Amino acid sequence: MSVETSPGPFAVRMSHVQKFFGPVQANRDASLEVGVGEIHAVVGENGAGKSTLLRVLSGMYAPDGGTVEVFGRDVTGWSTADAIAAGVGMVHQHFMLVPTLTVAENVVLGREPMTGLTYDRASAESALEKLSRETGLACVPSRLVSELSVGEAQRVEILKTLYRGAKLLILDEPTAVLSPPEVDELWRVLRTVRAAGATIVLVTHKLDELMEVTDRITVMRQGNTVTGMRTSETTPAAIATAMVGRAVRLDASGMPIGADAGGPPDQMIISSAHDRITESLPADIVSAPAPTPAYTDTPRLRLTAVTVAGSRSKTAVNALSLTIAPGEILGLAGVEGNGQTELIEAIAGLRAVTSGTITVDGTDVTKYSIGKRLAHGITHIPEDRHARGLVLDYSIADNLILGRQKQFSSSGAINRARTLAFAEDRIKAFDIRPTDPNLPARALSGGNQQKIVVAREMPADFRVLLAAQPTRGVDVGAIEFIHDQLRAARRAGKAILLVSAELHEILALSDRVAVMYRGKIVTEMPRAAASEEVLGPWMTGAQS
Amino acid sequence: MSATTTATTAFEEGLLPTLTALLVALVAGDLLILSYGQSPSEVWRLMLSGTWGNAYGIGQVLYKATTLVFTGLSVAIGLRAGLFNIGAESQLAAGGFAAGVLGLLLPESLTPWLAIPVCLLAALLGGALVGVIPGVLRAKFGAHEVIATIMLNFIVLAFLNWAISATGLAVTETLHTPVVLTTAIPRLAAYVPMFHGSAANGTILLALLTVVIVAWLLFRARFGYELRAVGLQPLAAESSGIRVPRVWITAMVLAGGIAGLGGTNFVLGYKNYFEDGFSGGAGFLGIAVALVGRNNPFGVLLAALFFATLSQGGLAIHALVPKQMVEVLEGIVILAVAVSVPEVRRLLRARPAKAAATTPVKA
Repeated sequence: MSVETSPGPFAVRMSHVQKFFGPVQANRDASLEVGVGEIHAVVGENGAGKSTLLRVLSGMYAPDGGTVEVFGRDVTGWSTADAIAAGVGMVHQHFMLVPTLTVAENVVLGREPMTGLTYDRASAESALEKLSRETGLACVPSRLVSELSVGEAQRVEILKTLYRGAKLLILDEPTAVLSPPEVDELWRVLRTVRAAGATIVLVTHKLDELMEVTDRITVMRQGNTVTGMRTSETTPAAIATAMVGRAVRLDASGMPIGADAGGPPDQMIISSAHDRITESLPADIVSAPAPTPAYTDTPRLRLTAVTVAGSRSKTAVNALSLTIAPGEILGLAGVEGNGQTELIEAIAGLRAVTSGTITVDGTDVTKYSIGKRLAHGITHIPEDRHARGLVLDYSIADNLILGRQKQFSSSGAINRARTLAFAEDRIKAFDIRPTDPNLPARALSGGNQQKIVVAREMPADFRVLLAAQPTRGVDVGAIEFIHDQLRAARRAGKAILLVSAELHEILALSDRVAVMYRGKIVTEMPRAAASEEVLGPWMTGAQS
Repeated sequence: MSATTTATTAFEEGLLPTLTALLVALVAGDLLILSYGQSPSEVWRLMLSGTWGNAYGIGQVLYKATTLVFTGLSVAIGLRAGLFNIGAESQLAAGGFAAGVLGLLLPESLTPWLAIPVCLLAALLGGALVGVIPGVLRAKFGAHEVIATIMLNFIVLAFLNWAISATGLAVTETLHTPVVLTTAIPRLAAYVPMFHGSAANGTILLALLTVVIVAWLLFRARFGYELRAVGLQPLAAESSGIRVPRVWITAMVLAGGIAGLGGTNFVLGYKNYFEDGFSGGAGFLGIAVALVGRNNPFGVLLAALFFATLSQGGLAIHALVPKQMVEVLEGIVILAVAVSVPEVRRLLRARPAKAAATTPVKA
């Protein structure tokens, strides 16, 4: 343990915290010291115990060992109610808001201003407006939460904790669901909140973020805190090494570079996009990642004037056309909620197309069922792996054959031996850990769960892959691995439609980048022409 | 994870909540018995000797368990597909009715080798017909199956009452159909004399066979793989190309058919006629059987035997305590199982994990 101590008074001091969940030891020996007025990040791979540690801090879990001090007071084993009363507020990864209530009602919930026996709407809204002005967190108090974007909802969560007088704000992966402009907005907000005297602890996977906004960093690995450092005195590479326990190659924006980067360059022309990624990196880190330029062949996937109805709009996807060539990755950038989900679902067959056609290798699949599309080589990494990607209570082996169970059955019964042999092969090929094919998917970390989905959706014979947020909530090691798989599929001539909230990811993988805004593709450019600066205005609709 | 830890986990997850529930019911039963001024050990002894203590008692327990196996399996299949089938009661009655009516229609000269299978098929179809309605309503219109099956219970039971009383199907002055002997399933007493007088009959073999078939269907067949996926994670099942609405309908047809088959235990095996209201709550008790049996066919078999023992035991202890006591016990077991599942899990989690060293932590 070599956690450097910060000077001055501590807002948080957790020592040797242990926490068990049945046989799993989520925190073995975790210590965390956060100075008053700091923005402090807790980083680590999936399953490193970050969220658990912060939940112990916020009173959701009682530790099985160790002590917790907040603002100099021993509060080990306190309740969330105690924590809120002491000014500790947690903003969860999944928001805890009532969608049918307004912003103001959500913020004051539990502490409503009353006139006699009735809720005083006017003073609730004026109190929120005042708080909003003081903190610079913009919001419309009378809007319904169900109408808000994810970024706006998160702002309401933060306002809610501040309304309750939080002096210590805990954020669990606050950027996992945000678009780049919303992330920038969040950092602005957090700096404002800190300037007002609050202390902030946040969990994140993303190295570039913590370099930008934090003062100090604590790194966790396998339930232990392995090191603490001052942000100004470290580098993303050093943090990544501490997280993973081995060296990881990173590009300029902190995204891991694939292993095929070190291999021989492909026979194709290396586009200038490659130069853009690598120019800022020392030569010994990256030798030759090989994005390939767009082909001129007939497209593998072609959408012609496709219109799809969404839950709120009749034209969530509005007369959209696109093509993807064999061996091409088309990156679809855009702020979430601009029709990307509906577009992917329509191609996968989960959502009906109002008009237009979808063809794969020249075959019109618009009317095909989901199963028939799968048989025709359209595979799908869904954005929500827990709801759509996996049956969490099924074993790894059973999850690996989901959708292809017919191929693994003979005379109506699932062939166990064949399923297990296949699973063992996939587990090895995709480095899924733990390696026991009979373990339920639920027992695996997020990164390994996602590897199950990726392994299943990338069989040898697929034609088109719809990759929606393929690395969301996944640790650095797994991101690196999944990116390698996508690059390998591109080399094998597959067509990949990549939707990601991470511009870095889109820029790191795509051959071509398209921006989706309000159901339409508003611009499309080769990777070489794309950058965050260029794409940003398109994504927010400032440019059209 | 080694085989032993897997077995331990299976025990903790599957059996422990049930055993805990039974223990709670036992203690509650003790208190109830004490409140009547009786000795718990005396009452329990009497209950055991009146059920498993003599051949007649065993026969009666087996008879009651037979119907419960069918209705329990019916509810369990629904639950495995994510559907709560409250309609086993009317499916059971419809199956019995179909078997009874067909028995009357068949010529008396027909050999039982043909007549019995035909009537079994009729029972299966009768139950399936009642099951398919909520299945289709759910699949096509999104109508919740709990509401649909509850309402169908009223409709179907009222319809059967009308069908038998107003159409002249019933024997005058009674609410049952004439006896049909061609389709009688032989009593166990015909082969094992010691069962003499009890209602246990050959349907029990059909029940055992159904347990094995349902277990194979659920856990070995592709159909069951898809059905359980739909029950556990319908969106993931849909994304993988499984037709979720179709699975719902099939599951309800199967659930209804199996409950309907249960009707033959009374109609073909015991009385040889259809009697209005013969189901007598066995369909509803099937919910408890499925819950206590944790939706596992073999668990359902054990739970059916358990509830049948309680039910028959109630008659045996009537001299000391009111037989309604067993109904209270049934209620307590159901409540305790419903509560203990998450409760026991939490207890296990809170326990410092000694096994941590031997189990791989999330990689």
